[in-house]
Amino acid sequence: MSRPRLVWFALFILGGIGLAYNAFVRPHGMAQVFVERSEKTYIEAEIAPPIGAPKGEKPTTKWLASGDPALADGTAVAVPDQARVVVTKTDNVAPRIARERIANGEAAVSLSIIDSIGLWIAAFFTLAIFSFLWRDNPVYKFAESILVGVSAAYWMTLGFWATLVPNLFAKLAPETVKAWSMPSLPVDADGSLTPFFLALVPLILGLMLLMRLSPKGGWISVWPLAFIIGTTAGLKFVAFIEGDLMAQASNTITPLVALQDGQLQLGDSFGNVVLLVGVLSVLTYFFFSIEYKGRLGTMVGKVSRVGIWYLMITFGAAFGLTVMGRITLLSQRLEFLFGDWLWIIDPANVR
Amino acid sequence: MDRRWIFLAMMLAVGTPILVQLRPTETAGPLSKATFDAIEAMPEGSRVLLAFDYDPASEGELQPMANAFVHHCASKGHRLAFLALWPLGAQKATETVDTILKPFHPEYKLGTDYCMLGYKAGNEGVIKVIVTTLLQQFPTDASGTPLQEVPMLKGVANIQAFDLIINISAGYPGAKEWAQYATSAYPDAFTLLVGTTGVQSNQLYPYYPGQMEGMLVAIKGAAEYEVLVNEKYGKTKAIAEAQAAMRKSSGIGESETQVPPVLQEGQRRMGPQLIAHLLMVSLIVLGNVVYFATRTKGATR
Amino acid sequence: MLKRTIPLLITALAGAILIVAYFSPATTNWGEVVTDWMNTLAAVAFILGGGNLLFVNLEKISSRRAGWAYAAVTLLAFVVTLTFGIFKIGAVPNPQFPATPWAGDYESVRAPFGWVYEYVLSPLTATMFAMLAFYVASAAFRAFRAKNIEAILLLGTAFVILLGRTAAAGILTGWIPVDGPFAILRLDTLAVNIMQYVSTAGTRAVMMGIALGIAATSLRLILGLDRSYLVSD
Repeated sequence: MSRPRLVWFALFILGGIGLAYNAFVRPHGMAQVFVERSEKTYIEAEIAPPIGAPKGEKPTTKWLASGDPALADGTAVAVPDQARVVVTKTDNVAPRIARERIANGEAAVSLSIIDSIGLWIAAFFTLAIFSFLWRDNPVYKFAESILVGVSAAYWMTLGFWATLVPNLFAKLAPETVKAWSMPSLPVDADGSLTPFFLALVPLILGLMLLMRLSPKGGWISVWPLAFIIGTTAGLKFVAFIEGDLMAQASNTITPLVALQDGQLQLGDSFGNVVLLVGVLSVLTYFFFSIEYKGRLGTMVGKVSRVGIWYLMITFGAAFGLTVMGRITLLSQRLEFLFGDWLWIIDPANVR
Repeated sequence: MDRRWIFLAMMLAVGTPILVQLRPTETAGPLSKATFDAIEAMPEGSRVLLAFDYDPASEGELQPMANAFVHHCASKGHRLAFLALWPLGAQKATETVDTILKPFHPEYKLGTDYCMLGYKAGNEGVIKVIVTTLLQQFPTDASGTPLQEVPMLKGVANIQAFDLIINISAGYPGAKEWAQYATSAYPDAFTLLVGTTGVQSNQLYPYYPGQMEGMLVAIKGAAEYEVLVNEKYGKTKAIAEAQAAMRKSSGIGESETQVPPVLQEGQRRMGPQLIAHLLMVSLIVLGNVVYFATRTKGATR
Repeated sequence: MLKRTIPLLITALAGAILIVAYFSPATTNWGEVVTDWMNTLAAVAFILGGGNLLFVNLEKISSRRAGWAYAAVTLLAFVVTLTFGIFKIGAVPNPQFPATPWAGDYESVRAPFGWVYEYVLSPLTATMFAMLAFYVASAAFRAFRAKNIEAILLLGTAFVILLGRTAAAGILTGWIPVDGPFAILRLDTLAVNIMQYVSTAGTRAVMMGIALGIAATSLRLILGLDRSYLVSD
């Protein structure tokens, strides 16, 4: 057996023993999710228009939970022939409380197999990605492939349900969308729904964009692309001039002698001078790319040098903060492995 | 040297403090204080727009901020509207409502005290539209209820009707875009507070205090802000009641009210942070020692 | 004409409308409408992305190119997740409309789509980014050399930030009085001040430079001077 293989083998055996011990020997095991299931009945009810409403206003119908006070006090009346809908509601329960309640014989609380398996899958994927640290391997590649597929599908689904349906389809065919997936779409005063035909433009542009997928019609997708580029250019032009050029110039113009209640603030004054010198020297370095010769050239050269120092400090700070961020992400993943999965730590004191 | 030794060292530097639950104490810096004060200063019942522009990739840094922001705003009685410019941000918003708002603020009702606007595609384009008209982008909330029927949004034509925007940002689109399209474009209409990842925070400092009134920078910012929030709102009545109910049902737990652990995530993560930063500094020093040692050796040879 | 002139006109018109809308309140509404269309197109782009992924991977599988098995895994993950999402399979009923299954909540962890988010997508993305902690450490060991004054400034600042933003600051320089004349030498104070003044100055100048660059590029696009995007086939 080659050395790397031996290492892997040893790791798996050790890991397996550790997991088995953790799962079966330690008092409460690991990686369990408990839930409480409850059933809720919904009834379609008719609600009379409020007192003082204009004459002829029709009553509204609404789904209400069976215990709703409106049903009891008569402001809402169940629609006669309407079937009731029973919905099962599932809530997470902290493991420690769940164990108590199960021991007390509460049947509503139970171990959620599907969520517990989910935790194991999440742990597997976490370790699969970490395995790349050792070297590239099939398990990592598998996890990576899953990530690509799932995220593309996720974005596509959200684009469809969160934007296309309410912002495009509901404008073009409100009656259909209302009956299909958005029952609460507001109706006009006469009870009908008017399509919004200007929404045909993004629909057509969108279809043209999708032509990119066809081998022959690719050129037509340049039209919506041109639209996207034009819009983005227009947006960015204004935003960057306003927010990043003008606003930043104005932010820099601060009093160099900072006063508070008539008292000189030494620290703030010094800071403001440092800030102004920095902005000007870095801008000098960027914009005056002349040869550093002659009296003017030497001066520009010296100022530019200060500008470079400022930039180096900026990059150093950016590096420090980047490191800081990356480490936090790692500690969150290890917290997941040690906490949610292995149950070795329990900062929330719930297991 | 095989770089896997460095990987192992990093794993240990982060993992060990988690296992031994090392937790340094934190004191708040000026930026976190400014953020806290801005929310404190607003009258009860103010409308707050929370933009969740991040995803699980940055939740280690940003979730503690999200939790603390929501707890702080709800403790002040502000009305909250959640939206997301990142596809997965809407999920994070729902999670935050489930872990913070529902248990510690049971009086908060969907529609009257908070609402979920959900995700919209379009990046900064969404901000550009909602600063002047909210309905065009968000005809309904995330569950399909028309915005006109959401009580807390009665009379809200655009997001200028909100007293405060809180943006939790992991990159593009995010804090920079909110500063450009909201506060730079309408300086008098908006107050913007930002919680940001370490990676992009450098690029956001220039917007403070002109375009942003406060900023939480990386996990340190989160931990500092948690300290401020917990000092004042860590043991509210609802928290005490929730913990008493848990004690009653399980018979276990501390007899005194504790600050909920979920509101201390940021402070907990400062332990691994300390050791890992020390490791980073040592690695750079070590790398230089090796470099200069071998160079002088090469020169004398 | 169809392939060049019209796209150029579309770009110019869309860009011009947004710039005009900014300067003239009477046309603000035009800007909203155009931006709203673009936002809808952004959602279509997700579908385009999905379609693209589908075709690329199908092609890989049918031609049995190297790594086609992974392409099959990607494809399977894509199709399964998409089916859960688009068809709202197992969605949690909306309490306001329990009888309308299409109005259900597909993002809840109780629905298959939400389950995939919680236990597959979320850990995968989070761990992917967590990996960078290891590589940044390895890079720091290999690449950071205090060769000259610029490099020393960079490294020095990184040290101040790394130490000053943790409890190490208190351990190393906590003994310096907060309100004494040397308070600035406390690592935590130093880190805050470097960020607020020195690094902000550098970033601000960079931002102003970038802003000019973006404004110029945008104008070139709107005026039709930059036509690189037209080359499509």
